[in-house]
Amino acid sequence: MAPVAALEAVEVDYRGRGRALGPVDFRLDPGEIVALVGPSGCGKSTALRLLAGLEAPSRGEVRRAAVRGETSLVFQSPTLAPWLSAQANVALPLELAGVARAEARARAAEALGRVGLAGAERARPSQLSGGMAMRASLARALVTHPKVLLLDEPFAALDEITRRKLADDVLGLWAAERPAIVFVTHNVEEAVYMASRIAVMSRGPGRIAGEAVVEAPAPRPPGFRTMALFRDAVERVSDLLAEAMAGEAA
Amino acid sequence: MNRFAGLLAPTLFVAAILGVWEAACRLFSVPPYFLPAPSAIVVALARHAPLLFVSAARTLATALTAFGLVCVVAGVTALAAASSPTVERAFRPVAIGLQVTPVVALAPLFVIWAGVEHPERAVIALAAIVAFFPIYSGALAGLKSADPELERLFDLYEASPWQRLARLRVPSSAPHVLEGLKVGLGLALVGAVIAELAAGSGGSEGLAWRISEASHRLEIAQSFAALAALIFLAAGLHLLFQAAERAALGWWKGGPR
Repeated sequence: MAPVAALEAVEVDYRGRGRALGPVDFRLDPGEIVALVGPSGCGKSTALRLLAGLEAPSRGEVRRAAVRGETSLVFQSPTLAPWLSAQANVALPLELAGVARAEARARAAEALGRVGLAGAERARPSQLSGGMAMRASLARALVTHPKVLLLDEPFAALDEITRRKLADDVLGLWAAERPAIVFVTHNVEEAVYMASRIAVMSRGPGRIAGEAVVEAPAPRPPGFRTMALFRDAVERVSDLLAEAMAGEAA
Repeated sequence: MNRFAGLLAPTLFVAAILGVWEAACRLFSVPPYFLPAPSAIVVALARHAPLLFVSAARTLATALTAFGLVCVVAGVTALAAASSPTVERAFRPVAIGLQVTPVVALAPLFVIWAGVEHPERAVIALAAIVAFFPIYSGALAGLKSADPELERLFDLYEASPWQRLARLRVPSSAPHVLEGLKVGLGLALVGAVIAELAAGSGGSEGLAWRISEASHRLEIAQSFAALAALIFLAAGLHLLFQAAERAALGWWKGGPR
């Protein structure tokens, strides 16, 4: 199966200050969920920007099967335009791609419904709670039915209950259309809960230090967090992370 | 603090200043051509109210014309400057030059350029120069203030330059633009008065002319009355704009949670 996106021997230089990332090899297959885990400054977000096509590598090659509108990006903050309603925010990617306003708005309302925000169409971002704003941001990412969904620490600013709920919602939404997802996180448990594959990154320069595969059904069965399988995977990823950081220090 | 208490402190303070002023004038028998008492100014204000009203309207019209003109010129200039760093750099010396040029020094030249039969044109141009910089720099800062992550999303969606401008940068600029307009409006009024003074009497009937005419005749109370009218005008304009700004920003940000 051809990957939807891949990094091949990719390196990124700081402007005049040596290498920030790489060499990194990474492939993303259709429909899989991959977590990028690692300490701050290991280049997780840079890797995400490369996959989004927002940054060019200094060396190596980025392959992207997705065309315009087929890659979506969600940031740590909801990044909604304060002057637009939730619905207008969600409709924005469609309107920028030339979809007629009425149709874009209708599809935006439908996407808001999918993330559980039916009825909040006319609310402004300032009127939404943190979790709701994040859902609106997710709806904006999903409204184009992307093949690749890139999430840059999407739940980092939310409280534990909200982030767990949103993690389940993202998995539910993924099950419906199966976009390939890459998400960046600091949180090992969250990575294991959501991803089928976890790439552990290390710093100086940022590299993929190891990978762990989570052999569990998707979507996750109820009570997954209490299962031995989950504990075991968390343990393995934590070990990889500790190794990666020890390697750095040496 | 409730609204009443909020108004009480400044009212008391101003009343105290006026009280001390009035008492000092009476106690030390200060001659009115040296410093008129507030009561004398109020009398002058009442006596010359119709004339001052006409003059205030004239000054206001000058200031608003200049303000409108600057909004267009500064807006277009800021759009051009925001479109490219090179253009911005090219404009910078001129923008700063306009900011630091004392309008009094330019006034005689402008009167000559406008022609002696059109001093009001010179006054409008001079007021416009005074108001230009804050409006330009507010608009420019606003156009560059868009959320960098929203800019990234517009990259991702491959938005055209026009879409980016119309759907991201212009709407993002609202708070900065309003702030620049508020400062610029006040400066347009001050600029109009200074320009009226500097351009001389020729055909001018604004408040500046009332101030200088009265003081030349040593009717200092009348001169102060014209000054008071100017302060009321400026304060009224400021309050009006502030209300409009609050409404506009309220709409921009959306209602409270």
